[in-house]
Amino acid sequence: MTVEIGVEEIEDIALGATVLGTGGGGDPHVGKLVAKQAIEEFGPVELVHPDELSDDAFVVPTAQMGAPTVSVEKLPSGQEAVDSLERIERELDQEVDATMPIECGGINSTFPFAVAARRGLPVVDADGMGRAFPELHHETFNIYGVSGTPAAVSDERGNTCLIETEDNEQLEWLARGVTVRMGGVAYVSDYPMTGTQVKDTAIPGTMTLARNLGRELRVAEDDAMDAIRDVTRSSIYGEAQSLFEGKIVDVQRRTEHGFVFGHVDVDGLGRDEGSSMRIEFQNENLGAQVDGEYVATVPDLITVLDRETGGPIPTESLRYGARVRVLGIKTPEIMRTPAALDVWGPHSFGLETTYKPLEG
Amino acid sequence: MTDYRIGIDVGGTNTDAVVMNSDDDLLAKTKTPTTEDITTGILNALDVVLDDSGVSEEELEYVMLGTTHATNAITERRGLNEVGVIRIGAPATQSIRPLLEWPDDLADAIGNNVAILDGGHEFDGRTLNNIDEEEIREQVREFADVDAFAVTSVFSPVRDDHEKRVTEIIREEIGDDVPISVSNEIGSVGLLERENATALNAALTNVAEEAATAFVDAMDERGIDANLYFGQNDGTLMSVDYAIRYPIFTVASGPSNSVRGAAYLSEVENGIIVDVGGTTTDVGAVTEGFPRESSVAVEIGEVKTNFRMPDIIAIGIGGGSIVDTEGEVTVGPQSVGYKLTEKAKCFGGDVLTATDLEVAAGTIDIGPETPDVDQSTVEAAREYVRERVEREVDRMKTSAEPVPVVIVGGGSILVPDEIEGASEVYKPDHYEVANAVGVAIAQVSGEVDRIYSLDEMSREEAIQSAKDEATDNALAAGADEDSVDIVDVEEVPLSYLPGNAVRIKVKAAGALDH
Repeated sequence: MTVEIGVEEIEDIALGATVLGTGGGGDPHVGKLVAKQAIEEFGPVELVHPDELSDDAFVVPTAQMGAPTVSVEKLPSGQEAVDSLERIERELDQEVDATMPIECGGINSTFPFAVAARRGLPVVDADGMGRAFPELHHETFNIYGVSGTPAAVSDERGNTCLIETEDNEQLEWLARGVTVRMGGVAYVSDYPMTGTQVKDTAIPGTMTLARNLGRELRVAEDDAMDAIRDVTRSSIYGEAQSLFEGKIVDVQRRTEHGFVFGHVDVDGLGRDEGSSMRIEFQNENLGAQVDGEYVATVPDLITVLDRETGGPIPTESLRYGARVRVLGIKTPEIMRTPAALDVWGPHSFGLETTYKPLEG
Repeated sequence: MTDYRIGIDVGGTNTDAVVMNSDDDLLAKTKTPTTEDITTGILNALDVVLDDSGVSEEELEYVMLGTTHATNAITERRGLNEVGVIRIGAPATQSIRPLLEWPDDLADAIGNNVAILDGGHEFDGRTLNNIDEEEIREQVREFADVDAFAVTSVFSPVRDDHEKRVTEIIREEIGDDVPISVSNEIGSVGLLERENATALNAALTNVAEEAATAFVDAMDERGIDANLYFGQNDGTLMSVDYAIRYPIFTVASGPSNSVRGAAYLSEVENGIIVDVGGTTTDVGAVTEGFPRESSVAVEIGEVKTNFRMPDIIAIGIGGGSIVDTEGEVTVGPQSVGYKLTEKAKCFGGDVLTATDLEVAAGTIDIGPETPDVDQSTVEAAREYVRERVEREVDRMKTSAEPVPVVIVGGGSILVPDEIEGASEVYKPDHYEVANAVGVAIAQVSGEVDRIYSLDEMSREEAIQSAKDEATDNALAAGADEDSVDIVDVEEVPLSYLPGNAVRIKVKAAGALDH
């Protein structure tokens, strides 16, 4: 069954992406507006499940990369990611059948819909992170053997840089450098793949999940927790569980190498009275401990909700006194294999614990 | 002797005024109803405080006005200019057109005239694209009928040449009278938010001019020949001319004035301020005598802007809040607002308000009637208010340490004298006119915004030079030499210019000299 994504669905996906962004992933605001205007102008976009792709379909994901401070000032022309996509088409001499997000949390959850609207392409209901992560090799595509290149990076002037590398870490490294020369923000098409590769490596159904989360959150008002539970129960993720309830009593942040590191301490309220939780973050939430014992870590989702409004709170907005509920969501098996944990398990982010898989 | 000044705060419900002398002693105060035309209310308040203080019109040196006319014009879509919104940045930025996220009725109210033209810069000042003079001229001619222009160029806080050139072209094509708002004078990096603020500013210049003219005329009518000022968002004053050019800088002056006034009256320099009005209670924080600023984007009339605004949480509890006694007793958020004297039981109406409970309890004496309310209802309502206020006070704190809490505003009686998390609760004298006191004690400021070459001097010398010049400007604006302080320093490296250039913005502020 194909689903049409219009302006209202984009609003929902952007809101749901704040739950899946686990505190980071960038503000979805700009991505949402770009997608809304493109859909208003070119019409709604078809969302197709990976199972509906033919095995030899040609799929090229699209995304924005770069400095958040530049991306809120030099907004895209809208043509950039189309240019990079078409450069890949020329390089591989094949017409693209669909585009796909590389992550389902934060800003890049909605960008591909603008590309799709302009090119009249469908968007694949899947992504390569299953949440938000900071770098281009944090991808199931990379973990399960898809080459990130040929990749193309484009700017608003019409410049495009084609990148071919030995491995996907080199792609991340070179693409960052090109992005700086393009004025701090650029648009990338990478990990070109077949329908079979999408089915084997992508995390399926994440756009529908984001959309359902957003839609239910919008109408839920008081019962945000119930809404998130209901939506996750019928997904490939585990049913969301309340890890902790309490009041934020301390927030520590420091910026290094363009990332925000730190932790937040929460004193228990209600059934958690007498206990305390610490959540460590690097842009996204990485691990949660109750009284010194880890109860959840990456790659499982740890999301902080406002206890009163139910809205997800991004890491940069956490502050003393906020009443919060901390959610844990078990990720699908494809995100927690030994190969996946090598790339984005607790050790790769410097947490001193082994992976504590959430059940449920 | 011309040593006195008057602070006037025009609120949605009341117009408050105070007279203060050069030692900042409060000599007279009043609370009068705000009138439809605003001027009448101002004159009424003025007459009362002059009469009560015995100060004559000739003895007034300064009159300061805090007003929400600009905010109200936006929320009520009233009296707004038709604006030509010009963005310079194409081919970049075309994926989000100007005003895309505005509420339709507000975009319509300013005419929905938008254009994205070639030009703009990169973050490091390199040219993103050249401007096309002919394209700009054609667009300006097409917008010939608008009341005002708003011009925003990509990365203009780093480099404003393109905004300057567009301004010159508008002057050449349309003339010298049309108001032009340029974004680098209004906001910082963040294109949509800065463009929004610039467009709102352009929409308000007519409303601002009317309010300023009314204020000046009112003073003339009373024969007052004092220096006139408006309060602005950061708690400092601006001249009448400046207020007409930058009306958007007045939209948050109300909360700033109340925080500053409360801090002054209570002598609490660091703590939490609770301002209880007719409909809402604003909870804010004071740091070293100034309002703490919000770290997130602030919405004005449902439009995102990136101003520095006071960090305020508003809760729906005030003197006019309706009390619901069905089931558990709750207070607000519904309110009778300015119709308190018509609808509240203590004035013979049939709506039970928060004020009625205190009249019934005998803590205040307002209106001809004493409503019959049992003690348990009064207690339950007070407990409800206490819990809500305690929660917001806690949210405004930055650590678990108890801090001083200052209660001000006409509805202060609603808040109990003991609050959890407070080291002490203050209800200072004159608490009900803290807003007017805040604008009366507001400071004057001086600014510098200039490019320095660090090949010619050290960074420290450049900043010192900017600080000295800003201080001189504050002194020239009437600040007292001993009280002038540097309140803001912003530094933007301009790597596109030879000679290691840096743009330095400095603001100095001090008390008015007497």
